[in-house]
Amino acid sequence: MSLLKYESQVREPLVDGDKNYHQVTEDIISPIEMKPTRLWYIGFYISVGLLLFGAYSVYREVTYGIGQWNLNKTIGWGWDITNFVWWVGIGHAGTLISAILLLFRQGWRTGVNRAAEAMTIFAVMCAGQFPIWHMGRVWMAFFVLPYPNTRGPLWVNFNSPLLWDVFAISTYFTVSLLFWYSGLIPDLATVRDRAKTKLRKLLYGVAAFGWTGSTKHWQRHESLSLVLAGLSTPLVLSVHTIVSFDFATSVIPGWHTTIFPPYFVAGAIFSGFAMVQTLLIVVRKVMGLQDYITIGHIEAMNKVIVLTGSIVGCAYLTELFIAWYGQNPYEWYAFSQNRANLFSPYGWSYWLMMFCNVVSPQLFWSSKLRRNITVTFFMSIVVNIGMWYERFVIIVTSIYRDFLPSSWSTYYTPTIWEIGFYLGTFGLFFTCFFLFAKYFPVIAVAEIKSILKTTGENYKVKMTDIEKQDPEKFYLEEVEHAH
Amino acid sequence: MAGGIKKFVVGSFDDEAVLFPAVKNVRKAGYKIHDVYTPFPVHGLDHALGLRETSLHTAGFIFAITGTTTALSFMSWVFTKDWPLNIGGKPHFALPAWIPITFELTVLFSAVGMVLTFCYLCQLSPFVKKHHFHARATDDLFVMAVECTDKTNEAELKSFLQNSGAQEINTQVAETGWWIGRYDREQKLYREEKGY
Repeated sequence: MSLLKYESQVREPLVDGDKNYHQVTEDIISPIEMKPTRLWYIGFYISVGLLLFGAYSVYREVTYGIGQWNLNKTIGWGWDITNFVWWVGIGHAGTLISAILLLFRQGWRTGVNRAAEAMTIFAVMCAGQFPIWHMGRVWMAFFVLPYPNTRGPLWVNFNSPLLWDVFAISTYFTVSLLFWYSGLIPDLATVRDRAKTKLRKLLYGVAAFGWTGSTKHWQRHESLSLVLAGLSTPLVLSVHTIVSFDFATSVIPGWHTTIFPPYFVAGAIFSGFAMVQTLLIVVRKVMGLQDYITIGHIEAMNKVIVLTGSIVGCAYLTELFIAWYGQNPYEWYAFSQNRANLFSPYGWSYWLMMFCNVVSPQLFWSSKLRRNITVTFFMSIVVNIGMWYERFVIIVTSIYRDFLPSSWSTYYTPTIWEIGFYLGTFGLFFTCFFLFAKYFPVIAVAEIKSILKTTGENYKVKMTDIEKQDPEKFYLEEVEHAH
Repeated sequence: MAGGIKKFVVGSFDDEAVLFPAVKNVRKAGYKIHDVYTPFPVHGLDHALGLRETSLHTAGFIFAITGTTTALSFMSWVFTKDWPLNIGGKPHFALPAWIPITFELTVLFSAVGMVLTFCYLCQLSPFVKKHHFHARATDDLFVMAVECTDKTNEAELKSFLQNSGAQEINTQVAETGWWIGRYDREQKLYREEKGY
């Protein structure tokens, strides 16, 4: 009797090289036990530097008010809300990978889910900064919570999309954090049990919650992961849907459309996967994890990118068509003049967005380019720039010319403090990511072990040999057993 | 907290394909398997050990409907009874507008509740310490702990495990419950001179 599960030999192995369980532990956990490299320190200090610059920008904004940003009465949402939506969008890939791909039984998610989930959590933390500091009087931020107060009590407006956002983002952050950490517990226990120093034993001992690996605990852990995945799947879709409601429920031309929820969700997944590619291409190289994050993984993510990029492209064309077909002069003006007219003040940003998000991902129809690391890395940056411009286009080009031409505001350029705040969130994101990559297992060790014998390269070779020797017996025993 | 101190014969396996028949045989021979510790979830092992299905998902469902009810009842109370605010002349009982928050709270309650229940059931918390039969149980070994009673013939059990394919076999006296402790220190719940 063999417990090898059958997987088609046509499928590429998800773990390369001649590995056994111990080797997997060794490969993924030993970087945690080594001293950080010089490259790590350089990256970390640059991130902390950016974070401090961001903190100073925020300090100026709090002290002197929103006027520190170049916002005016017409353009009330500029870089700030653009960055918010951009970061939230990026925060969608992690949970999509860990939840939706778990439900779809996609084995390749095991190589990338841990880092992608971490990225999600950090991205949502960055996103949350923007609406909070945009409040101006940030010390009153707790007013968004429905707590019994002495003003009546006067409650928050539950009918407002901005309040839905408060609930959506905070729920998303909490659930992603729980999902990520519950998956981490067994791996932290692995780090704890092989720790040599006292400090590491203490810290990982605390972090691993006393995990033993008991069968009953694993059974509950599996059930927990599955239900959390089931809960997170509609949650991911709801979060960007609700973010899109911030725009779609208003009466501003260019925002007031029913297409927004699916269009925003597709865009979020698109940009999220691009960010996962940017980070993981660097991580696999620096930490030597090419056997676990293979070209096959990168190709799979590029397929998601070409799919969601095309959905986004389809949405752009649909809204353009409907703006014309709907015959609303304001709507059509917003699209034909503010956006699609290349010679209007912000026309360039619309065409840059179109190029980055719709045209460039089409390269990935070619499997040769999908499997090329340099092209993928470059494309992931292009997509992230494109998706930033998408939010900029939606926000700024819709509001810089409002219903009253005398209040049109043609040139909006951000101030250094507005840019500094954005850079500061990069600092926050990368500071967290550097710490994560150094102190946590960046790949889900236990999950890799559970798929190793099905899809590890050396096991696949063994299976092929058995199959060649006696195909009939192989199908009767191995394949039947697997079902 | 304390589960009691018991004596175990512990056998470690390095392959789950060997572990499964071993579990079956050990159980058939009438020995009581305390637990099997594995580095990753081995599918089907819970059935092989005769464990019942977990009902954690039922708890998740109960937490979820608690969230739904909390959100809906709170928002209706606020907007129809406590402070009926006129928002653009729209109905006070604005059910469609409350769907997003209701959904979010459903998910939030269910997720938080399930994780807490999971931690409670598996006794997982910072500073919780338990006896570990083998340090490599979280690395690459499948560790089977078989309970010894007064009637158990230890030598026989050991050779039985050896014949089933166990690599390392030893006897351990261990506390089965959990205690507050730190992993950087050798700590046990009981003192050596107390019996075992």
